[in-house]
Amino acid sequence: MTAPDEVLDCLGQRCPLPVIALARRLPSLPVGAVVRVLADDPAAAVDIPAWCRMRGQEFLAATSSPDHTPAYDVRRVH
Amino acid sequence: MRTEAIAWADVIPSPVYLDAATAAPLHPVARQALLAALDDGWADPDRLYTQARRARQLLDAARAAAAETLGVRPDELSFTASGTTAAHAAVLGGLVGRRRIGGGLVHSAIEHSAVLHAAEQHVARGGTAAGIPVDRLGRLDLDAWSEAVAGPGVALAALIAASHEVGTVQPVEAAAAACADAGVPLYVDAAQVVGRMPVPAGWSVLSASARKWGGPPGVGLLVVRKGTRWESPWPADEHESGRTPGVVNLPAVVAAAASLRAAAADAAAEAARLSPLVERIRARVVAEVPDVEVVGDPDHRLPHLVTFSCLYVDGEALLHALDRRGFAVSSGSSCTSSTLRPSHVLEAMGVLSHGNVRVSLHRGTTEADVARFLAELPGIVADLRAQAGVVGL
Repeated sequence: MTAPDEVLDCLGQRCPLPVIALARRLPSLPVGAVVRVLADDPAAAVDIPAWCRMRGQEFLAATSSPDHTPAYDVRRVH
Repeated sequence: MRTEAIAWADVIPSPVYLDAATAAPLHPVARQALLAALDDGWADPDRLYTQARRARQLLDAARAAAAETLGVRPDELSFTASGTTAAHAAVLGGLVGRRRIGGGLVHSAIEHSAVLHAAEQHVARGGTAAGIPVDRLGRLDLDAWSEAVAGPGVALAALIAASHEVGTVQPVEAAAAACADAGVPLYVDAAQVVGRMPVPAGWSVLSASARKWGGPPGVGLLVVRKGTRWESPWPADEHESGRTPGVVNLPAVVAAAASLRAAAADAAAEAARLSPLVERIRARVVAEVPDVEVVGDPDHRLPHLVTFSCLYVDGEALLHALDRRGFAVSSGSSCTSSTLRPSHVLEAMGVLSHGNVRVSLHRGTTEADVARFLAELPGIVADLRAQAGVVGL
């Protein structure tokens, strides 16, 4: 697992807020950059991959940090 | 005064109820039958006096009518206290009846929560349960299903006839054929199809819920075909052939059976009327609401139900905004559930779960209702997005 270029801390936020944070941040990063979204709302596990599909961005993986915080890695494709 | 009344009507929109998949408004036939049965339906049908015999006649007639509508034998059909109770009994009784074969339950990932909760209890007591995935349209993975039911120690398989959340009709007959090849009985949760479309063949156990077809709340149907190894999971009780405990709510049962017959008689015409309205919602929502995902199979679907998710919109806020404009709909978004988890159905399909709306139509739904919903929805979603500052994301 490669280190992300940026980490968005959305812990404690309910969906759709983590998806909105991702949508705001990703376009300001260079193409190819990877954002890791930390989100403990269970809906994020569904909605972040779904957003990537709808927006044509690349969902890399659902990961888990050492303290078991759910995290989602997304790469900017375009 | 008249002008004032018209002005008032403009402020408070007339209510448009679009949540038939939870509970359809009471069918007029149900209301009529319920009122008529109240006078004779209070006695216990199992007693041996005049009043009881009258109650027994009503119950027998209701059972015969419901059985005839479903094309089953009257002694195969029991009335339960709800659709949920019927689903619990179907799952747990099917597992108990074949416990010597093994403790395996196979079910689709998109079963109703009543089925999944029964499965959880089965697992907590030492059984196993395998959830079979669906694709993005909510269609059962038949290969995985066939492989799972053919595995060792499978006592029962459970498949919802059509998804109550996204409307996708499941390949029940093909799934039933795989079960038959493996010698495994199939339980079908037919809550969304009974009274609306023909029930597919091949099942051994079936459940349904009266309030879905315009019957009163608090009546479920449990059908166990002859020769099925099914045992009641409840403590022993003599009512309803021992399949479900307690005396039935007889006036409600009479109303349920009468309205089932009426709904089934009109089902084809109603499907032909509602299906184009659903088609219109599917098309117009995509065309007029930006960043929306209509979910569920576009072709093999229930005639009266459509589900979509609006990107960046909070589902609870959307429900409240629609309610303020008079529209009653439901949602699979996590913020609208007591558990704060997204719908397991949307999760299994891998589709957007927030900003989710399920619209389900009924015999009282008019074209004007749908037109007003479609006229107002884009503005409501746009307002919510503007308030959240997510326009243009």
